Amino acid sequence: MYNGGKIVIGLLIFVGLVISPFLLKGDKATAKPDPKVDTPEILKMPVGERTCVEDKEYMKAEHMKMLNEWRDWVVRDGLNIYTSKAGKEYTMSLQNTCMKCHSNKSKFCDECHNYVGVKPYCWDCHIAPKEEG
Amino acid sequence: MGILFSFFAVVALIVVVFVGVQGANLHYLFGVIIPFAAFITFIVGIVYRVFRWGKVPVPFRIPTTGGQQTSFPWIKASRIDNPSSALGVAVRMALEVLLFRSLFRNMRSELRDGPKLSYASSKWLWLGGIAFHYTFLIILIRHMRLFFEPVPGIIKIAESLDGFFQVGAPVVYVTDVVFLGAVTFLFLRRVVIPQLRYISLAADYFPLFLIGGIGVTGVLMRYFFKTDVVGIKELTMGWITFSPVVPQGIHIIFYVHLFLVSSLLAYFPMSKLMHMAGVFLSPTRNLANTNRAELHVNPWNYPVKVHTYEEYEDDYREFMKSAGLPVEKE
Amino acid sequence: MAVQKPEELSKVVYTFPSTPWMDTPVEIKKGIFCWGNKEKSLKAVGFPNPRQWSVTDEDWKLPDNWKEIFIEGLRERVDKYRSFRLFLDICVRCGACADKCHFYIGGGDPKNMPVLRAELLRSIYRKYCTTSGKIMGKVAGARELTTSVIKELWYYAYQCTECRRCSLFCPYGIDTAEITILIRELVNLLGLNIEWIAGPVANCWKTGNHMGLLPHTIIDIVSEFKEAIYQVTGLKVDLSYNRKGAEILFVHPSGEYFDPNGNVTFMGYMMLFHEIGLDVTLSTYSSEGGNFGFFTSNEMAKRLHSKIYAEAKRLKVKWILGGECGHMWRVWHQYHNTWFGPVDYLEEPVSPITGTKFENAKSNKIVHITEFTADLIRHGKLNLDPKRNDKYVVTFHDSCNTSRAMGLFEEPRYIIKNVCNNFYEMPPQTIRENTFCCGSGSGLNASENMELRLRGALPRGNAVRHVRDKFGVNTLANICQIDRATLQTLVDYWAKGVAVRGVHELVGNALVMKGEKERTTDLRGDPLPGKEGE
Repeated sequence: MYNGGKIVIGLLIFVGLVISPFLLKGDKATAKPDPKVDTPEILKMPVGERTCVEDKEYMKAEHMKMLNEWRDWVVRDGLNIYTSKAGKEYTMSLQNTCMKCHSNKSKFCDECHNYVGVKPYCWDCHIAPKEEG
Repeated sequence: MGILFSFFAVVALIVVVFVGVQGANLHYLFGVIIPFAAFITFIVGIVYRVFRWGKVPVPFRIPTTGGQQTSFPWIKASRIDNPSSALGVAVRMALEVLLFRSLFRNMRSELRDGPKLSYASSKWLWLGGIAFHYTFLIILIRHMRLFFEPVPGIIKIAESLDGFFQVGAPVVYVTDVVFLGAVTFLFLRRVVIPQLRYISLAADYFPLFLIGGIGVTGVLMRYFFKTDVVGIKELTMGWITFSPVVPQGIHIIFYVHLFLVSSLLAYFPMSKLMHMAGVFLSPTRNLANTNRAELHVNPWNYPVKVHTYEEYEDDYREFMKSAGLPVEKE
Repeated sequence: MAVQKPEELSKVVYTFPSTPWMDTPVEIKKGIFCWGNKEKSLKAVGFPNPRQWSVTDEDWKLPDNWKEIFIEGLRERVDKYRSFRLFLDICVRCGACADKCHFYIGGGDPKNMPVLRAELLRSIYRKYCTTSGKIMGKVAGARELTTSVIKELWYYAYQCTECRRCSLFCPYGIDTAEITILIRELVNLLGLNIEWIAGPVANCWKTGNHMGLLPHTIIDIVSEFKEAIYQVTGLKVDLSYNRKGAEILFVHPSGEYFDPNGNVTFMGYMMLFHEIGLDVTLSTYSSEGGNFGFFTSNEMAKRLHSKIYAEAKRLKVKWILGGECGHMWRVWHQYHNTWFGPVDYLEEPVSPITGTKFENAKSNKIVHITEFTADLIRHGKLNLDPKRNDKYVVTFHDSCNTSRAMGLFEEPRYIIKNVCNNFYEMPPQTIRENTFCCGSGSGLNASENMELRLRGALPRGNAVRHVRDKFGVNTLANICQIDRATLQTLVDYWAKGVAVRGVHELVGNALVMKGEKERTTDLRGDPLPGKEGE
């Protein structure tokens, strides 16, 4: 090796950066998100009817898009009522509809959002619900 | 030929994923084994290539000098483009690596009738290169959210800056747009500019298609198919804790994305992409112009056959004497 | 040969063959190539495969195992030069270099784009030295080595002047000069050179200079210079050769003994040395600063240049002063010290007139004449009358080697501004580090390749014509003997009415010497401004 010292230092920096996730990974590396759907409001519902405005899979993938649309429809177009695929009508409101059931923001919303490092800007305007305990 | 070959090579890679994951259900192979193998190839390959270069000596000090040399105190030397100190070299290298200094010099020449040859600054390649490399870097940093739990603040900051305009949901990343634009630009210039079309090889188009494919599948995943990012993070965290599990129900587009990334990693060390490491070792850039002030040693310097003064005098002694020149032997 | 008019020659068509470059066989064109080396030139220095051959013949009489020799040579060199291996490995073909080459700008041959010129060898390297090239072949950009490829490598290696302009713009600093140097080294293993290089190399080996001037001839030439100086100044200027115990050994390109422009530059040195009373000697044994061996192989370059330090040691001088030359300074600055150092038998150079220590030359002990003279002027040691150069409206041509392998920009300009009243720069894209080659460097200053040289000189010629038309420039100053010898022809063609001059010719004209008579002419015998009637 010629200029071996410098080359080895360079390679160590490179390898160190590339494998840094393996070395650091964070202290909750094995933790998995577990969003809770056990708020009093949800528990009040009969077991068979505990559904969101749309089915779970759809909500999981598209909730951010739906909220974005709701915002536009309500604020810009003056609409208020959302009709679900099942034909049921809901008032389009984050705070009065969504958060009514999902009153546990920290145990529900934040659980996944924090895990994947997403910071939705809902709460730039809306006031986050007060949680007990 | 190169362009079609490269295009179909990338298409073939995508087909492999569909056959392997959707057809043969090889989720573990595509989700764990191949990415690991590719990652190891990437590291070992790059280290090997750099060691291979390192084993070769730098026999001569051959900096390309881009400014005034250091000579007298009363002549202003160009300390960066023609460095004579370690600091100068470090700055020159930093400018080269971080800002593509040499490419920034680029100019276009145009020959018109007359003849009249004119020059114009031409920074498009520089701009395209900078846009491509830096957006790639930021995208890479953003992806690190999948490899740390909790996610470090710096990665969150990168992400929120990238989504600064808060357009749509999921928020559109500026880098995604610029990145795809830059890749397209780098591809189009190869196709449109005759000189480039003539010199381009399959090895030039293939990485562009591959990286373009990675970009497009990434965009599809985020904005259109809404792949289960929680599941993906469970997979990636499984890799780095060496306890990989493949969660069910991750969209095929993720496997395509992952396989293209794996291909890029494995291809990297054997390709021109090694310029990433090579630029640090370039003897025309990383040496100070101190040739006459300091001795540069060539490890394989060997004695050569010379024509000595004695032989010369023996040949021409009489001529020398007749011209009144002093001689060693009368 | 019948040369086309500039208006026609400059109608360069930048088109591309319909076939990919690998499938486009080389077409060796008259006016572009130089004659192949003679048998005796290779024999003189013990080079491989000496024989009579002709470029235009189908059979170049390569040795039987030519392929093995070439590939072995290539493998050996990628393990000896990091630059070479790296430059073969990391090019991304971004094309930034394509229109930086004077031969491509003026000629339009796609294989003269620096990137493609390098690809000619890179394709062979991939085929025989990399795994992917061995397996993937053409798809990986690899190709078979054939005699046609050898011809192509030879043809294009002698269409690159190693000026390094492309290297400046390359984002990885890939230096085509480095690749050309090594291609030439490889084809020389097969006995393929050009006579315009091989001949001077043989001369230099035996007589100490490219021109083949014998010791007494040099003395005769110098006495003519003395006479010419006497005519102009009325002073008897002396110059010693092979004198032991002098303080300084002066080495310069031998072309200055031969070429009319060089002659006058040399007279400038003589007058300067006389005026300041410098204890300097020259050598007939080491009578060449240039090094055509450098255009052949590293080893040959070292063999030829070994004479300089050897002679400095024998004559017991303290340090070495070097004249105006381009590639001589590339070799001295970037190679010499490494070949022969540490040079502990010489002393760190100090100007005996001003006491200035040449810190930047403290290890290899060689100072450039423009550094030396600029220092003299700065310290007010020279009595100069720039008005004597008033008929000259001067611009300065930066030689590639002193520019991009050294960075010698301000010293010659400082001198010119002190000895001339009218100085104008050419456009910034064509000077200093961006300078264009004269088109005849690296041993390509022959006459049979005149079309190539004219084409290569188009960018320089164009810039000269620009300042000629804009500022009335009539003098192209430079510090390179190849420039002085070749640019006149090329400038006559592209920018008529401009004369090529060495910087020390202008110094000689302006230098007011102690005890001189009132000068009426310049060093060429032309009347000085205001003395036309005398």
